[in-house]
Amino acid sequence: MNYIIEGLINGILMGSIYGLTALGLTIIFGVLKVINFAHGSLLMVGMYVAYWAVSLSGLHPYLTLVVVVPVMYLFGYYLQDIVIKPIFKAEREVREPITVIIVTTGVWYILDNLTLLVFGPQYRSIQDNPLRGKMLEFGEMLISVPKLWGFFAAIITAGSVYWFLQKTRTGRAIRATSLDRDAASLMGIKQYRVYNIAFGIGTATAGIAGVTLVPFYNVFPTVGVLFDIKGFIIVVLGGLGSIGGAILGGIIIGLIESVGPQFMAATWTEAIVYGLFLLVLFVKPSGLFGVRYDW
Amino acid sequence: MAFLEVKNIDVYYGDVQVIFDLSLHVEEGEVVSIIGGNGAGKSTLLKTISGLLHPSRGEVSFEGNAIQAASPDKIVEYGIVQVPEGRRLFTLMTVKDNLVVGGYNSRASQHVDKMIDEVYTLFPRLSERESQLAMTLSGGEQQMVAIGRGIMARPKLLMLDEPSLGLAPLLIKNIFETVRKIADQGTTVLLVEQDVKHSLSLSDRGYVLEHGRVAMEGTAKTLLDDPHIKTAYLGL
Repeated sequence: MNYIIEGLINGILMGSIYGLTALGLTIIFGVLKVINFAHGSLLMVGMYVAYWAVSLSGLHPYLTLVVVVPVMYLFGYYLQDIVIKPIFKAEREVREPITVIIVTTGVWYILDNLTLLVFGPQYRSIQDNPLRGKMLEFGEMLISVPKLWGFFAAIITAGSVYWFLQKTRTGRAIRATSLDRDAASLMGIKQYRVYNIAFGIGTATAGIAGVTLVPFYNVFPTVGVLFDIKGFIIVVLGGLGSIGGAILGGIIIGLIESVGPQFMAATWTEAIVYGLFLLVLFVKPSGLFGVRYDW
Repeated sequence: MAFLEVKNIDVYYGDVQVIFDLSLHVEEGEVVSIIGGNGAGKSTLLKTISGLLHPSRGEVSFEGNAIQAASPDKIVEYGIVQVPEGRRLFTLMTVKDNLVVGGYNSRASQHVDKMIDEVYTLFPRLSERESQLAMTLSGGEQQMVAIGRGIMARPKLLMLDEPSLGLAPLLIKNIFETVRKIADQGTTVLLVEQDVKHSLSLSDRGYVLEHGRVAMEGTAKTLLDDPHIKTAYLGL
């Protein structure tokens, strides 16, 4: 019984971190209507920024958020402004431009290989870090402390992004653009600036995810790919464009991965994840928590 | 110098030319109607003025500024605001958020609360529905939100693209009365309509568009009395 409760708790914790890694994907898709194939690479960049920030400063990993969030926001903002925007402008008449997807794939390869070139292929993990390997003990149950921190980071991040989109002037402009970009520009909203901001926010959340991962996860140039596929499954499960859906989708995957192995061979959990993914696509293509109506 | 001046513009949709050497002007304080059948180029003309499309030849100027190459958000800052055809509300946002977004431009954003009160005075119905999603409103209410959203932007020139589209006759009458009220409060109005009788009867002047060209222009009264208009558009 204890094992199951422990599995449930760890599943929820790890799952919310999965959700956090996918949050940027769903934000960027919701506004730009483009699947960002470079999202895993943005997460990887976030992990490297966090890794170096922690290693060089020796601070508690979560204190480096002060550096990581603005750096990643600006990185995303200008990546969209300089690399992706020209393609959008060239394909103005297309609602979901395929060429932009191809460009993001290019960005993925360039970022991963640049990182390989600069930092080499070795696996890195932060030394002397106050969270590494820490466990909370409740009787016989063990709860990972860095994952608990990650859980709170995920909830706070998703909550803040949601609040920002609902209540601020810029947030409303972002929602309006995601629902009807031409109508939004008739309200005086600068469409491409909103795209830059949304991309910046999505990248910043990938940076936050990077900070939550480095205390217990190795950093290497292709680490993003592992989270990429999971991220796609999560946002489809939760509903593309839905912020709460990303976190809940992540938690579903986390639960399957942590509780599943107590009843079957661990490799079977993958089959359940992909099976659920297909089932959702067949039965409710807009996702479990997505909106049936178009944006 | 005219308030809004459109001079000899050609506009293409991809490879297809929709507007041919078209000129018109609107003076401050006027209500001007543009009438014509489907495919005459009315909506294309409005999209060109509001910057969603750009003319390949010719000029558009507003209060002396050339705007034919400006982006839509810039044109809103100048004071031209379009209420688009088919309403184009932000369907998954509340009525109030739709209105707030309408007042996004820098001339309006200081006055959002005051403008919302003004819109609610004009359409009391909307204040009852302010926290409902725009998607859940009836067609007439949606049109009220669309017009209210336009007013929120504090337009100097308000352009309405077929506000009567798809509404019941009684609602159409209401909408046109509201448009007249907005004009009486000092906003210049450019109205595109297929409902020729209603739109001309509240306008000062009108233009008739056929095949992307101005086929006729004049005061609303002369157009209403014109035999060609009577047979072609009023069915008399």
